[in-house]
Amino acid sequence: MTNPNPTAHEPDFDAVTGQSTTGHSWDGIRELNTPLPRWWLWTFYVTILWSIGYWLVYPAWPLISSHTTGFFGYSSRAELTQEMQALEQRRDIQAAGLKTASLEEIKSSPDLSRVALARGKASFAENCVGCHGQGGTGAPSYPNLTDDDWVWGGSLKDIQTTIQNGIRWTQNADTRMGEMLAFGRQGMLKKDEIEQVVDFVRSLAKLDTAKGANLAAGKTVYDANCAACHGEAGKGNREVGAPDLTDAIWLYGSSREAMIESVHNGRAGIMPAWASRLDPVTIKALTVYVHSLGGGQ
Amino acid sequence: MSSNAVIPDEDGPLFAAAKKVYPQRVKGRFRRIKWALLAFCLGVYYFLPFVRWDRGPALPDQAVLVDFERRRFYFFFIELWPQEVYYLTGLLILAAIVLFLMNAIAGRIWCGYLCPQTVWTDLFFAVERLIEGDRRDRIRLDSQGWSASKIGLKATKHFVWLMIAWWTGGAWVLYFSDAPTLVKDLATFQAPFSAYLWIGILTATTYVFAGHMREQVCLYMCPWPRIQAALTDSDALNVTYKFDRGEPRASVKQAAQLKAAGQPAGDCVECKQCIAVCPTGIDIREGTQLGCIQCGLCIDACDDVMGKLGRPTGLIGYDTLKAVEARACGTPPPALRLIRPRTMLYAAIIAFVGGAMLYQLATRAFLGMSVVHERTPLFTTLKDGSIRNAYTLRIANKRSEERPVAITLDAPMGTTWEVVGAQQTADWRPIVVIPPDSTLDVRLFVTMPQPQARGPSQMIQIKAADLSFGENASVKDNFFAP
Repeated sequence: MTNPNPTAHEPDFDAVTGQSTTGHSWDGIRELNTPLPRWWLWTFYVTILWSIGYWLVYPAWPLISSHTTGFFGYSSRAELTQEMQALEQRRDIQAAGLKTASLEEIKSSPDLSRVALARGKASFAENCVGCHGQGGTGAPSYPNLTDDDWVWGGSLKDIQTTIQNGIRWTQNADTRMGEMLAFGRQGMLKKDEIEQVVDFVRSLAKLDTAKGANLAAGKTVYDANCAACHGEAGKGNREVGAPDLTDAIWLYGSSREAMIESVHNGRAGIMPAWASRLDPVTIKALTVYVHSLGGGQ
Repeated sequence: MSSNAVIPDEDGPLFAAAKKVYPQRVKGRFRRIKWALLAFCLGVYYFLPFVRWDRGPALPDQAVLVDFERRRFYFFFIELWPQEVYYLTGLLILAAIVLFLMNAIAGRIWCGYLCPQTVWTDLFFAVERLIEGDRRDRIRLDSQGWSASKIGLKATKHFVWLMIAWWTGGAWVLYFSDAPTLVKDLATFQAPFSAYLWIGILTATTYVFAGHMREQVCLYMCPWPRIQAALTDSDALNVTYKFDRGEPRASVKQAAQLKAAGQPAGDCVECKQCIAVCPTGIDIREGTQLGCIQCGLCIDACDDVMGKLGRPTGLIGYDTLKAVEARACGTPPPALRLIRPRTMLYAAIIAFVGGAMLYQLATRAFLGMSVVHERTPLFTTLKDGSIRNAYTLRIANKRSEERPVAITLDAPMGTTWEVVGAQQTADWRPIVVIPPDSTLDVRLFVTMPQPQARGPSQMIQIKAADLSFGENASVKDNFFAP
């Protein structure tokens, strides 16, 4: 049944109820024309009144250069600022414990260490990941903080000192100093001497050496030039930041080429002294966090 | 249909004013059942928050408590954590299917006896009758002009309604906090603002819905009457006017005359008591309909009249469409079919979902562990060439006692492990102490020497063994190596 004018219909009554229908029919079932209860209409008017109340109470209408602010001057930004301040206050209360406790006390107290780890993690992400990477994984020439090899020491105290004073950060009087000379570039060792010493060092770390390498000659070069910092046995010296040459961890790469480059050009890392940028509590938190990454000694 | 029917407005009025219903007082079997259920339901609702249930010193002792602050739900011996909210899904499925089953067996039992809208409206009707009198008195009162006594009666009624509504809102908030403490705080105005706000909201909804909206909620707002109409069948018991017996209607005098003249006369004497007592103001004799909540009060009213006339009761009663139609055709009504595919299916679903939930609840673990493998870095090479992986373990203790848990590993020989901050026993088992009713995150370092640490990855099993209750949890995860 097609209706030429869909908005008009013939008056139609339902046989059972005698009620008029809307004229709509689906599968032969016709829709009764039941009027809506009047209170339903009133709820609609109430929502309109409610919206007017909203305009008066909350910021609502745009004006040329601003907007209506509402009776109580409510602003979601102000609310956010307030909440953030409350959060800061709560953080300060939590951090108060970190201020007086020693690093060992923080580490051994579950409550203090939880606060310190959270704070340290946040600060690490802000300040440290640029060089040391997410999670302190490091990169070639940036030490991995999750392993057990520490150029400058991995105790809580050592880590705190490193963060506070930095490495070769000359503005800081107590900064850690250490530098490997450019033996090749500065003409202290000849090319074949460099290759000999590299092969000798590789033998210390049980890495493969060049065919027919003269390890005895390498040891002579080593004893004369390297042992002062790296030690007779190649175990390194944390006082001057000289790495252990006998382990499996190589900050600048363990290939023969990388090691020749190290001896030729020398190596020296640099790290800012964070005492001038971070407060002591944050540095304590960072220390505990870095120590917890897995390498802590 | 007649195409030249005259109607004043082609589409009729768009809006209709609600017709006020004045239900009359009624006595009888179904009224007694309704009073008993009303007392039971409201009793449970108002007093349940005060029931205590001992769970030890660390946990609240309220039998039913929704603890949003600590994110726990307590129901007597059951304690649910937020991740177990799927029980709610099961409950909702059960609620729906139980409703369907009730409907398939005996119609809108829910609407007539158990729905909060019905229960509170019934209570508000009782208050109204007590203060303003029965149906006739109330109709007369409303048609009168305003007088001091009318104002007095109306004010008293609304005051009592508001008090009941306020108690309703007050009881609601007690389910979300320790009830005795909250009652004290509410009385001394020390309770949190949200408690007062929710009492206000629930007071308003109870007062408006039970006092003013009443049957309008069932007629216009509730979806269940519509769904029910589509779900019912001719085997379901419904409150039914047995037209085969009642028609043609005739007064006692007319009936006698008709019978004397050898003409049929039905039992319905057109006393309209069924309409007078109806809380939604419908005429049950028009058949099962959307407005009928099937509370059975018309049965009581009709039985009363039939009893007085010395005629058999049950002119209105719980009956099936099939039985009524059979009797109308003069055939004996078929036996009630409680067991039919529909009811069996609903019962099977209820048994399955309920059984699954019970099984899940009974075998629920009180020790849980989830493991996240550290991604930065996936592995760390140590000085001696061995490989270390880091994991974060989240161990959940769902008991109300502190529990020491030992962490062990199924991994290749030579593997060592340590938990940051944990005591280590002589046999390499780190012991972590999990506080009562909480979770603890700990960091686990697993170190594998060469050559066992083969890349790119191998499976290891991390196991948590509770030392005090002997419960275990274990998780499989990867160990990565270069």
